[in-house]
Amino acid sequence: MKRGGSISIWFFIGISLLVDGLLILGAGVYQFFNPPPQEVVLFRLHAGVWWGALLAVIGAVYCIHYAPGKGRS
Amino acid sequence: MTLLSVLASAPRLVHLSTVDLVIIVFYFALVLAIGFYLKGQANTGEDFFMAGREMTAWIAGLSFLSANLGSLELMGWAGASYQYGILAAHWYWIGAIPAMLFLALVMMPFYYISKTHSVPGYLKLRFGEPSRALSSVSFAFMTVLMSGINMYSMALVLKIVLGWNINFSILISSVTVAIYVALGGLRSAIFNEVLQFILIWAGALLIPILGLIEAGGWSGLKARIATNASAEYTHLWSTLGKFNDNPMGIHWTGIVFGLGAIISMGYWTTDFLVVQRVLSAKDLRAAKMAPIIGAGFKMLVPFIVILPGLLGLALLPIKLVGETQAIATGGHSYNEVLPLMLARYCGPGLLGLGITALIAGFMSGMAGNVSAFTTVWTYDIYRALIKKDASDQHYVSMGRWSTVVGVAISIGTAYLVMDFKSIMDYVQALFSFFIAPLFATVLLGMLWKRATPAGGFWGLLAGTASSVGMWAWVKMDPMALRYVALSPYARDMAENMYRALWSCLICAFITVAVSLVTRPKADAELKGLVYGVTEIPAEGFVSTWHRPWFWATVVGAIFVVLNIIFW
Repeated sequence: MKRGGSISIWFFIGISLLVDGLLILGAGVYQFFNPPPQEVVLFRLHAGVWWGALLAVIGAVYCIHYAPGKGRS
Repeated sequence: MTLLSVLASAPRLVHLSTVDLVIIVFYFALVLAIGFYLKGQANTGEDFFMAGREMTAWIAGLSFLSANLGSLELMGWAGASYQYGILAAHWYWIGAIPAMLFLALVMMPFYYISKTHSVPGYLKLRFGEPSRALSSVSFAFMTVLMSGINMYSMALVLKIVLGWNINFSILISSVTVAIYVALGGLRSAIFNEVLQFILIWAGALLIPILGLIEAGGWSGLKARIATNASAEYTHLWSTLGKFNDNPMGIHWTGIVFGLGAIISMGYWTTDFLVVQRVLSAKDLRAAKMAPIIGAGFKMLVPFIVILPGLLGLALLPIKLVGETQAIATGGHSYNEVLPLMLARYCGPGLLGLGITALIAGFMSGMAGNVSAFTTVWTYDIYRALIKKDASDQHYVSMGRWSTVVGVAISIGTAYLVMDFKSIMDYVQALFSFFIAPLFATVLLGMLWKRATPAGGFWGLLAGTASSVGMWAWVKMDPMALRYVALSPYARDMAENMYRALWSCLICAFITVAVSLVTRPKADAELKGLVYGVTEIPAEGFVSTWHRPWFWATVVGAIFVVLNIIFW
């Protein structure tokens, strides 16, 4: 939803998922190579890596698809 | 010793890393940026209070649901599912889906065609000024109280989970909400609610996924719950034949008639907090589709709220207890099950996103209350009773200021509820006081053209007064429970359901009785407001895939299947 030349809400959501996803992915990769002394349950699944990557990909798709100036709402 | 002083000395559940804090700070920065960005698009009353009435069905629908998905909702119902088992899912399924579909297909046309700004505004058109005054004042009172409860519950979460100072949490979060709603009005609230909805899912979805992996799937989860508690905890309907056969102490009539037919119908169809989001839709078809889209997602919410509670019951090595016992023993209460599960599975980054989800839930709930309060205060109290002929700019300015004042009052009520023992009890009590009778008034107003202004007003007043009276009666004499809730074994939840049912029936009875002896409005005055004298605009030539009734049927069928699967 946007008006005139304004920015779509989906673009804001894309930014949010992309930034959060990259931060989570980075933290997950770091923990993959440097396991903490106190691991969370199911640490072996490295949820941070795949969940962060998934969020980043979805966020990137939204950012590109709803980028300002592309005329989508 | 107050709850607050005890919690102040309690150890925190989790420790945040730098990346977690960056995620949380980024979230606050983004919601403020959206508010500042939208400031330029909230210049007229229609823009500020109704978001220009140009939202798509998807945005209105997600916002409609998100405004209801406050932190109290997330934490409270996760705790309730640990305590009562899958019965808590009734509040998401029979306690929401039929009502949302009813709003979409039956009531939305009248709200939308009448071009009202609010539910009290509809009552003004249908029943006159006294009914609007009564409902707007009671709604404004309920809204700031609910906003305060939401604010306090979030601050409590941050205190328990992170060890943050309660005053700091209340101040930072409420100021953020005040800024972005005051700047961008309803449009800003809606945009942020959609963002918050996505973040809630992104932050909370990992818990059930990892929990089910650890438990060995649904069958493994049921087996563990049968060992740790009882097999009854995973049945939705089969234990509701008698009050004392299930953990909630409720009978199926309370769930079906109290929750499904009254409380949820009242909340989802007449609570302006949620209805306002749908009124912002760009056309009637979008306004009808929005609650249906909301219902589709509402059916999925138990996956991130109820399931974590059940997983906590199955997997946590500690036994959670009631709030009072937790304070006395230094243990963990039911309401902490969601953060406990978060801490169980989520490392750095994921933990920050999970906490952001809880904060987002709080903000969406609070912004919903504040923006609804602002509209009702400005249009239904200030403009109707105090200053009738001011300019549109004046009302926009009043809207911005009332946002700030509404948040300030909410902060006051947040400190007020700190002394309440059971927050959920008061929330349900508020709904039964103001929402249950309102449903009967609005429904009769929409569907029965013989209902008169006097009938509407006296029915609403009698319903509200009787609900408060029943609540006070049981507080003074607990034995009265056997009359109000039909059984001495009934517990708080059951009492709330039955009180809502009686107050709604009393409201309906008085409305009908008074209407039959007073003069009705002429048909011409009821055009656009009442079934039978209103021509509903055709949806035009659209495919089956775009028709609201088609998607309502799909959602309704899935709702039936879910209830059978978990019977």
